[in-house]
Amino acid sequence: MTQHMDSSSGPVTGRQDAAAEPAPGEAADRAVAGILDAVVRPAPGAPRGVVVDSPPGAGKSTLVVRAARELVGAGERLMIVAQTNSQVDDLVDRLATKASGMSIGRLHASDSKPAPEALRHANVTAKDKVADLLEQDVVISTAAKWQWVRTEQPWRQAIVDEAYQMRSDALLAVARLFERALFVGDPGQLDPFTVVGTDQWAGLSYDPSSSAVVTLLAHNPAIRPHRLPVSWRLPASAAPLVSAAFYPYTPFRAGTGPDDRTLRPGLRGDGSAVDAAIDEAAATGWALLELPARHTVRTDAQAVAAVAATVRRLLDRELTAHSEQGSAPLTPGRVAVGTAHRDQAAAVRAELARLGVPVDPAAGECVTVDTANRLQGREYDVTVVLHPLSGRPDATAFHLETGRLCVLASRHRHACIVVARAGIPELLDDHPATEPVQLGVAVKFPDGWEANHAVLSHLAEHRVRL
Amino acid sequence: MSLLSTLARLEAVRAQRAQPLATVRHRHLSDRPMVLVPLAAAGEAGAPLAVLLGTDRREPRLHFVPQPLNRTQRSEFLAAVAREVVPYLESFGDEVELLEGSEKDPVSGEKVPVVRELCADAPQLIVPNAGGVAHLALLGRSTRFRRTVEDPDPGEYPSPTEVPLLGRWLTHLTDRAQVPGSSMLLAMTGLLARHWATGQSNLEDQHLAARLAWHLPPAGLEPPALGAEAAEWVESARDGEGLLLHPPAGPATDPKFDERVLAPAILRHDAAVAVRERAGAARDDAEVRRAAALVERAHAELARVLLSATLPAWHDVWNGVDLLRALPPAGHLPDRWEGDRWSFTMHRERVAAGEPPQPRRDDAVTAARKLAQREREQAKLEIQEALDDPLAMAERRLAGEAFAGEVVDVVPEWSEGRSPKPRPLLVVRTGDRPHADPGREVHRAHAEPAQRAEIVSSAPGEVVVRLLSGMGRRRDPEPGSVPEPGSTVVFTLFELAPRQSAPLPEPADTPWTHGGPPVAVEDAPAGADEWE
Repeated sequence: MTQHMDSSSGPVTGRQDAAAEPAPGEAADRAVAGILDAVVRPAPGAPRGVVVDSPPGAGKSTLVVRAARELVGAGERLMIVAQTNSQVDDLVDRLATKASGMSIGRLHASDSKPAPEALRHANVTAKDKVADLLEQDVVISTAAKWQWVRTEQPWRQAIVDEAYQMRSDALLAVARLFERALFVGDPGQLDPFTVVGTDQWAGLSYDPSSSAVVTLLAHNPAIRPHRLPVSWRLPASAAPLVSAAFYPYTPFRAGTGPDDRTLRPGLRGDGSAVDAAIDEAAATGWALLELPARHTVRTDAQAVAAVAATVRRLLDRELTAHSEQGSAPLTPGRVAVGTAHRDQAAAVRAELARLGVPVDPAAGECVTVDTANRLQGREYDVTVVLHPLSGRPDATAFHLETGRLCVLASRHRHACIVVARAGIPELLDDHPATEPVQLGVAVKFPDGWEANHAVLSHLAEHRVRL
Repeated sequence: MSLLSTLARLEAVRAQRAQPLATVRHRHLSDRPMVLVPLAAAGEAGAPLAVLLGTDRREPRLHFVPQPLNRTQRSEFLAAVAREVVPYLESFGDEVELLEGSEKDPVSGEKVPVVRELCADAPQLIVPNAGGVAHLALLGRSTRFRRTVEDPDPGEYPSPTEVPLLGRWLTHLTDRAQVPGSSMLLAMTGLLARHWATGQSNLEDQHLAARLAWHLPPAGLEPPALGAEAAEWVESARDGEGLLLHPPAGPATDPKFDERVLAPAILRHDAAVAVRERAGAARDDAEVRRAAALVERAHAELARVLLSATLPAWHDVWNGVDLLRALPPAGHLPDRWEGDRWSFTMHRERVAAGEPPQPRRDDAVTAARKLAQREREQAKLEIQEALDDPLAMAERRLAGEAFAGEVVDVVPEWSEGRSPKPRPLLVVRTGDRPHADPGREVHRAHAEPAQRAEIVSSAPGEVVVRLLSGMGRRRDPEPGSVPEPGSTVVFTLFELAPRQSAPLPEPADTPWTHGGPPVAVEDAPAGADEWE
């Protein structure tokens, strides 16, 4: 994760003084207008790239859609690079809905079909050869697919979505396709990774395993990243914590006030710890459902059962989520479970299926159960998180990665319930970071150790013991 | 750590003996490897102190720097090492295979036949541990740019001609060692860790002798023992003078050894050399002869103590080689070794063509290419290990990435359309629990030609798949291409061939996002650094 050091703003420790700031909507509009100006009407001699840092739920996707519409409106052909097929399909769906007059090409691999939501629009054409899409206003694909594209006609403009999750080597392979680009992403989410050794390139500005934005900024120092200052997703109970814990140098705030969002159970709790945790989360936005300390295997059966029981009760208790968008019952599609590992997700899915909770997307609306990597960019009303360090005897760099916790703690519009074994603060204290310092590599703030402590100390105020 | 390796560690603790993690040997072992036990001098990063090397376990050859801070002696040491290592490496270039292929003519764009040379075998260096590999990489980095008397501008301190050549080879070998599954330069601790689990931590496993103590009773331990007790003994037992009974395998030496044995021996050698030089300056022949004898004695004493510091690790490495040779080779080893042979052949050709040494740093495109190659090789290695070794496949099955079972029923079905193709259903009885959602593509292991299938349904104990390919072009499947009821099959959820890497631009076309094309920087002449 990379934070841009900004001397003008110190770390925030809590709610900011609202009187001194413009209203959230106004601040966000001003930021977006500045970005669109820089992208659509660049000053002569301006850098070829525009970078936008966007905290969770700050309207990144909306910005991408607006920038695309304005660029196409100005007569540009546009290419859009996203990182995964589901991100591409989401974006196609959103763009086609918001801009029905725009022709959109969905470039896909020959062995994978785009999702039906992306194909249901009349203005979307899906092909596996770029030559069939050159006439489209916008062509969208994954970075992996763009790398294979050979074309005589490069685009003048590109938008790179989720740019902090793109690896530097992928940008190296696709940058030949465009002249100017808007890079949008969340610096607080998971860094790109590789499973092989890359130490020999650590500290090089173009380390192929680092994030595309890090390389871009190192080689183009004139680019000053823009920031989206308001999270529309995170509720007032979550934005200050996530901002202080994960974005200490680039603070943001919630777009809604403390009373704009409520979550009310329709049925009274049955006195169990699980229901107490749900009540706590409904009232305050956070709950920590704590199991007794114990070292366990990764798929800790008791913790998995606690996660599944929480989801079951969330659905049984007929909760109603009220927000600035209106009131809606909490249905399975509005609930997600986040884990660190795929086998944990599989275990939770199996346990939920056993409890009769829908988890199969093919069978209709269901609860999403996935790893942090795959939940990036997603949004739900309530999330249930199996803490990455729960039951572990050690704290590895993987489990301490700030981005992992940040993703898990910032997917919700209303409430987040964390399930964990007791003893994580002690575990953290026993495992200070031991990664070797590499020359030329910028120190990351905050480190996972610090961020984990910040989140845990906040959660401790919302603890329910199982 | 996977469930199976955790289990193997627990069993190793209980049995106090190493437990297998593989049923076959997953790395190529040469018939004629060269073992090196390098030692580094304390106080200066990458300063060589000594190396014990050779291809015959009964004839280790010791080279050392009598005064590790003396650059002239260091240069002589490197030249001596080069005279051993380079001929060994180059000897593998003698026998070549000629392969016919085709290449695109750069002018006409037509394919023209070419004959390429591929060395029939490649060298293999084995060091005790990962620190040894890192030390060789440092030596390579510090020597490949050295100027020699053959340079147009040899500088003030030209080094022997073999030294930069050794540096280029060491750089190539240590770079290649980063490629997963490669076997030209191997660390014995890594080799053993791939094939056996011990009952101690990964950190302790980096100590070669402590690792081996879970296989064989360490020499000198009375009564002979195995496991944790023996490992602790080789790590920490000291004699009456406070010296480790089993010195560490380097490159760092035991500080007590440095303080009590090595430093005094170096001082005595320095003193004898000083006496000889004074006598030489005074033209006192008798004194020169006496001093020469002193130098010789001090030199022999240094050789003795450094041999004692490296010989135990030398035997440990060879004992490790014996353990590994007892395992049958994995089926895909020749395939991966061919990659090493190509790597060796290409470097040999670059040297012969007079190309300059590898640059100090990779440019953006080269770094990205190397990363892509390593990721491709990592994927290939995981696939091949799973196919070669039921224990490796068992890890994948436990992780839900594969399933094995007995075919209990085959339902012949066909695709629709004008020319129906066979699409038989297989009902597989299995105790595995794959993460197999219906519609998910799976691949049949060991099928020739490759065979794809898709999951039709998955329930505890039974998975139904539909075969999609690998059954010939006719209406009825080729005989033997559809498994019979009663036969055992393995399906994987991962692909059985690694994906190709996407093309990258030429370095000259490096885009603006990565700083544009690399600017050729004249490397600082290496002879200009501070000498003594």
